[in-house]
Amino acid sequence: MYGVWGRLLDVDLGSGLTRTLEVPEEIYRKFIGGRGLASWILWKELGRGWESVDPLSPRNPLLILTGPLTGYYPGSKLVISGKSPQSGGVVGSTVSSELGIELKAVGYDGLILRGSSESPVYVYVDDDGVQLRDANILWGMGGLKLVSALNKLLSSDVKVEKGLDTLPHYIYIGPAGENLVRSAVVMSKLTHAAGYGGYGALMGSKKVKAVVVKGMKPMPPVRDWEGLASLFREVVRELRDRMEVFRHWGTTEALWTTGYATSSEPIRNWTEEWHNVRDFSHAVLERRCWVRNLWSDWGCPISCMKVSRVVRGDETYVSDGPDYEMGAYLGSDLGIFEVDSVVMLSALADELGLCGIQTGNVLGFAAELFEKGYISREEVGCSLEWGAVECFKKLMLDIAYRRGLGDILAEGTYRAALKLSEVKGVNLLKYAVQVKGIGVGAHGIRSGLDYPQKIAYAASVQGGDHTSTAGLPLKSTESEAYAALLDSAILCIFNTVGSDKLVKYLNLVTGWDLTEDDLYAAGIRILTLQRVLLLLGGPDVFWDPRIHDENPERFYEPLPTGPQAGKAPSKHEVREGLGRYYSELGWDELGIPKEETLDVLGLSELKDALEKIRRRLELNA
Amino acid sequence: MRDPSRCVGCRLCEIECSLRHEGVIWPSASRIRIFEHVHGFPVPYTCVQCDDYPCIAACPTAALGAAENGAVLVDEDRCVLCGSCVEACPGKVPRIVEGRKAVIICDLCGGTPVCVEVCESMGFNALKVVRKPGGDVVKSYLVSPFSVSEELAVKLSVVRR
Repeated sequence: MYGVWGRLLDVDLGSGLTRTLEVPEEIYRKFIGGRGLASWILWKELGRGWESVDPLSPRNPLLILTGPLTGYYPGSKLVISGKSPQSGGVVGSTVSSELGIELKAVGYDGLILRGSSESPVYVYVDDDGVQLRDANILWGMGGLKLVSALNKLLSSDVKVEKGLDTLPHYIYIGPAGENLVRSAVVMSKLTHAAGYGGYGALMGSKKVKAVVVKGMKPMPPVRDWEGLASLFREVVRELRDRMEVFRHWGTTEALWTTGYATSSEPIRNWTEEWHNVRDFSHAVLERRCWVRNLWSDWGCPISCMKVSRVVRGDETYVSDGPDYEMGAYLGSDLGIFEVDSVVMLSALADELGLCGIQTGNVLGFAAELFEKGYISREEVGCSLEWGAVECFKKLMLDIAYRRGLGDILAEGTYRAALKLSEVKGVNLLKYAVQVKGIGVGAHGIRSGLDYPQKIAYAASVQGGDHTSTAGLPLKSTESEAYAALLDSAILCIFNTVGSDKLVKYLNLVTGWDLTEDDLYAAGIRILTLQRVLLLLGGPDVFWDPRIHDENPERFYEPLPTGPQAGKAPSKHEVREGLGRYYSELGWDELGIPKEETLDVLGLSELKDALEKIRRRLELNA
Repeated sequence: MRDPSRCVGCRLCEIECSLRHEGVIWPSASRIRIFEHVHGFPVPYTCVQCDDYPCIAACPTAALGAAENGAVLVDEDRCVLCGSCVEACPGKVPRIVEGRKAVIICDLCGGTPVCVEVCESMGFNALKVVRKPGGDVVKSYLVSPFSVSEELAVKLSVVRR
C-alpha cells in the first residue's frame, strides 16, 4: 500500500485499551479517505441501528482522519467526523491542522475515539503509544489560556538530549464543547475550527479536552517519489502565481465583494444580501487589526490566513482575518458593520469553541425574533437590537454556558426554532435560515451571482454547509461529488488545481490507475452513502425529502435592496433542479438512491437501509 | 540569516530539505525546523555554523568536520549517535531521529540551501544566504525558538506576559 499506512489507531476511552484497525486498500480505492472513509466506518459501526444512536452518546465514535494526499499535497487539512449532532447524518468536517502530518508520522492514517472517559482527559499519542492524561486542570479553559497551559505541559515531553524538536500538534475543544452545545467546534491553532457537524459537542461528551500527536516517522512510502516531488513543486508554483490577491487578503476580501458585487452576503438574518459599507471590508481590517498578514499551514504557498488583534481594556482578542464566514456571520448578519467588534466576536467564538457560522446564524435568528416581538428583553437579558454588540456578546456566552435563552439557542437554529415555536405557539421556522439542522453558510443563492446553485443547500448531504454544495454538471468542480473528493483526499478547497491533476496526484502517491471517471464515481459513492445515512437520521430529528430538501423560506423572498433587488428563485425551478440532479446521481425523484445505483457503486449492503427509509416515509417500493 | 517576523509557517523549507537529503517527505528529519509555539508566530530554527564549532570539538569519533563554506558535515559511517554534539551545541540544534543512522545537521546543501531557495521563490524571504559576519555574532540566533515565538506575540500584543 502506498500513501497510506492502512491502519487506524482505535482507542477505547472507557478502558484505555487500544487496538489497530486495519483498513484494506480496496476501501481506500472506494472511499479515498477523510470524509469518505468516515462515512464507511460509521456505516459499519452504527449502520444497523443508525436511527437510534444519540450522537452525543458513547456509542458514537469520534473520527479524526487523514487522506491519501495528507502529507504530500500543499496544505494540511484534517477531517473530524462521527454521526453529526446537528444533522443526524455524517459531516466530514475539515480543519487546518498539522495533526494529520503527525498522525501519519506516528504510523497511522487516523484515530478512532470510542466510548467515553469518566473524567476529563487529553489523548496523547507518540511513537511509544497512547496515553489518556488527566485534563482536570484544563477543563473549562478556552483558547488562549488553554493553548498556553497545554504548551507548558507538553514542553516536558520534548527530549532535548536528542536535539531541540517542535512541540506536538493538537486539536481541542472550548467550554462550548464541554457543555455539549450543538454548534461547538473542534479547534486548532487558536483560530481554526472543524465547524460544520457539531463535533466539539461529541468530543465534549467523551470528556476529551484535546488530542495531541507527535510522530517521528517519514510520510508513508509512495509509488513514485521523484514524480511526486516534481508535481508537488509544479502545484506549489501554480498556486503561488494564481492566488496572488487571495494571498494578500484571504477570504476576508469577500466581506466587501460578497455584499457589494454579488449580493449574497447575510445581512440581518438574511433579510438583505447587499451592502456598500466601505468601512466593512478586508482593507479596513488590514489597516486596523492585522498584526500578521501572512500565515500558512503545512506545505501551503498561499498563506491566506491572517492574525488580527483588538485590545479593549484588559482584554485581548485574537482572531484570523477574521475569514469571510466569521466576519459576515458575526458582523453583517447581526447588523454589525464595524470591524473591531467583528474581530472581538470572532475571537470570542474561537475562545469558547463555538462555530462562528452556526452561532451567527442562531444569533441572527434570535435578533429577528426580538425585532418581531416573539422574544422579550427579559428573556434575552438585554436589548437584542441589530448592531448591539455587547448584547450579542452576552448571548454568545449564554449559549456556550447554556444559560437562560442561551440554553435553547445552544441546540442550534433548527432545534431552537422547533422549541420556540412550541413554547410561543407560533411557527417560527420560517425565520430559521438552515437546511437539515445546519445553518446555511454565508453565500446566498438569490442573486444567482455567487457560486452556489439554487439547489446547492437543498440537495446537499451536509445541509447548509457552504463547502459542500450540490450542483451540476456532476463531473465538474461545481459538483458536491468534487467537494466530497476534496474532503476525502484531503485537500483545502482553496488549494485545488482541477480533477485532472488531482487524479494524477493520487495515482503518483498511491500507485493506483484511477481515471477521472473512477474518481468521480468514488465521489458519487461517498455522496450516496452519506445521503442514505442522512435519510436514516434520528434519534430526535428525521428528514422527509418532500419537506426538507428545500431552501430556507427566506431564500424565496425577493432581495429587497441593491442592484439585484427583486431576485429570488421560484419553488418550481428548485423542484425541477432537484429532479434533474437526483436523476443524474441515479437517485429516484425524492432523492432516495435506487437499488441498481447501489449495485453499480458497490453499496448493495445498503438496501436494507433503503427499505427502512421507505417504510418511515410511508412509500411503497 | 533567518527573519522570524517574515516566516509564514508554511514549512516548505522542511519539505524541500527532507526531499533533498532523505528523498522523501519527512518533517522530523528536516535540518531546518519551524517552531510555532504561539500559533501565528512561527520561527525557523537551524544550525548557525558557530566560529568555534563546539559540536566538532565534542565529537568523540571525529565524525563531524567543517566544510570550506562553513557547513558542518557528518560522516555517517563514523557517527555513533552518542549525542555529544547535541550536548555541546549551545542551541541543541543537531538532532537524533529514529530511522537515521547518523545525527542530522544542516550542510547548507553545498552552498545553495533548498530551504532558502523555496522561501525566496515563494516571496516570503524569511531565509536568506549571507556572507558570515565576524565575532561569532551568529550565536545570537541560538535562543530558544519557543521564547522567540512568544516574544514576537508579546511585541504585537497578541499574548500578554
